[in-house]
Amino acid sequence: MPEARSITYAEAIREALDDAMASDESVFLMGEDIGVYGGAFGVTTGLLQKYGADRVRDTPISEIGIVGIAVGAALVGMRPVAEMQFSDFTANAMDQLCNQAAKLHFMYGGKAQVPMVLRAPTGSGTGAAAQHSQSIESWLANVPGLKIVMPSNAADAKGLLTAAIADPNPVVFLEHKLLYKTKGEVEVGSYSGGLGSAVVTHEGRDVSIVCWSAMVHKALAAAGSLKDQGIDAEVIDVRTLRPLDRSTIVGSVSKTGRLLVVHESPLTGGFGGEIAATVTESDAFDFLEAPVKRVAGLETPIPSNPELEKGVVPQEEDIVKAAVEILAG
Amino acid sequence: MGNVVELNREEATELLTTMWTIRRFEEAVDDLFARGLLHGTMHLSIGQEASATGAIAALEQGDYITSTHRGHGHCIAKGADVTLMLAELLGKESGYCRGRGGSMHIADLDAGNLGANGIVAGSIPIAAGAALALKQRGSDRVVVCFFGDGAANEGAFHEALNMAAIWKLPVIFICENNHYGMSMAWTKAVAIDRLSRRADAYGFPGMTIDGNDVIAVKEATERAVKRARSGEGPTLIECLTYRHKGHSKSDQNLYRTREEIKEWRDKDPTQRFARVAIDAGLMDAATAEDIAEEAEQRIARAIEEARSGPDPTLVGIEDETYA
Ligand SMILES: Cc1ncc(C[n+]2csc(CCOP(=O)(O)OP(=O)(O)O)c2C)c(N)n1
Ligand SMILES: [Mg+2]
Repeated sequence: MPEARSITYAEAIREALDDAMASDESVFLMGEDIGVYGGAFGVTTGLLQKYGADRVRDTPISEIGIVGIAVGAALVGMRPVAEMQFSDFTANAMDQLCNQAAKLHFMYGGKAQVPMVLRAPTGSGTGAAAQHSQSIESWLANVPGLKIVMPSNAADAKGLLTAAIADPNPVVFLEHKLLYKTKGEVEVGSYSGGLGSAVVTHEGRDVSIVCWSAMVHKALAAAGSLKDQGIDAEVIDVRTLRPLDRSTIVGSVSKTGRLLVVHESPLTGGFGGEIAATVTESDAFDFLEAPVKRVAGLETPIPSNPELEKGVVPQEEDIVKAAVEILAG
Repeated sequence: MGNVVELNREEATELLTTMWTIRRFEEAVDDLFARGLLHGTMHLSIGQEASATGAIAALEQGDYITSTHRGHGHCIAKGADVTLMLAELLGKESGYCRGRGGSMHIADLDAGNLGANGIVAGSIPIAAGAALALKQRGSDRVVVCFFGDGAANEGAFHEALNMAAIWKLPVIFICENNHYGMSMAWTKAVAIDRLSRRADAYGFPGMTIDGNDVIAVKEATERAVKRARSGEGPTLIECLTYRHKGHSKSDQNLYRTREEIKEWRDKDPTQRFARVAIDAGLMDAATAEDIAEEAEQRIARAIEEARSGPDPTLVGIEDETYA
């Protein structure tokens, strides 16, 4: 076994960036305040000193420019890793991400490649309210050409980011702000993997709880409480929304006969619908013993007040309650 | 007129050949469209051949361009194979983009054409990004970024020009001011008298030139390329020009007068350059005519060849989305 030690999610991301920059000259970082400041969440701290201002490039507050310049640099062979200071600001750069980065490979008949990563802190829980707290994965999940990654823990964050940087396609890498300080065992040295595969984080027989990013931790806590009530929940961490590992999800539901999808973004149009449809369209449908359920964010922007903020996104109790209802039939 | 004395015979022949090839290409596709043999839409640059031709004539092999929805001229001037372009417009598997791109999305990466773009101003940040990559790798290559007067009012223009300025990127911004963004007169879309003034705001040189003078465009671009190659950063060149045809395929020309169109047809850059080259003794009248004639024949042959290319199928199309 390679040596491992406990580090934070933010440190794991930094290690992946550091390893990629050390081993590949074409990798460079750009974004707002990523240099001396170290990024709004400190993820890039220390990299400027190590790699210099050309490879850890502070940009003006210009999201179209950041993403567009990454696209252009990638087109001619670089591997830019751009940072959106908050995932909400991706709205400013939507054209460059969805009309340019995502489409150029197909649109130009397969000759162009856009090997770039767009990292973005996402999700609620910091009190920053509506314009700095939303989860944007569903906006992007309907865009063929993008890959969408949402790691839930430090070890995955490192392996997935390494894979994302090496990937010849544009990858959106969404980092949950509440996870930055969470610790986990992470291998020393560079490793890559997980892109396009979901993982069973906790095995169980009674109900499959499918989730990603910060919700994995709430689902795992819920699985603990459910155990006390005699319910054996299985937790699946989707990790990559695009490409989606449908077979792991279908396999799990075929075993448990029950599906609960949990996500932080609002219910309507949320990615949970895609997962529910995947299961009902599959052979797992025959094994379903109860209607599929979704626990998701309320249909509101994220409010600032801490109690309201908690109230509009799924909590452990909501997941437990939904699972109990599913089991009750 | 730019300084014709600086040109030799070979250069003059090359410039005129490119201009006539663009003109004949676009007349031919206009005709194919009218006869129902081409579908979709297209944006013709008839009347604007000088800006594409002159700017690209200032480049060397290995330099890049980014293009626009009105990009046939840029593509041809950068050395594209017209047969592959026509095949692309005809939706053929044998086209530049296997029939997936069409008129608005031709890219010819091997020739350094990073692609046309259906999003107004979409390629301006991309050009800056390519220039950043070149600079970072220590290359002395440059990028020419074409866009229209309308594109200059997009946010992407502002962000990209500012970033190109602060990092002194080797990019030359060529604004082809053809007086309209679709139906919107450029003078109604801005409150300044020259779009090139925008360069002042970013801290690099800007100039407005006669965009129907291929030599003037070439000379201005050469100076900008020199500046870019020596690490001094970008230049904004506004080329005043005019499109003879409608914006795209559904234009009734309700926003401009016949007189105005006539006035600009009389300033046709291609015929004008032919006259200048003949007057300067760089070619005789018969040669100039031959160039136009040969271009027409070359395009006619290319159309035949392109039309016989295979049509694409849906087989495996979902596997093409990702590299
Ligand atoms: C972002 C965006 N907005 C609007 C359009 C529709 N549109 C296509 S071309 C065009 C006019 C562009 O004007 P200009 O930049 O001057 O270029 P020109 O067509 O004159 O060459 C418009 C409005 C578009 N394609 N993209
Ligand atoms: Mg225009």
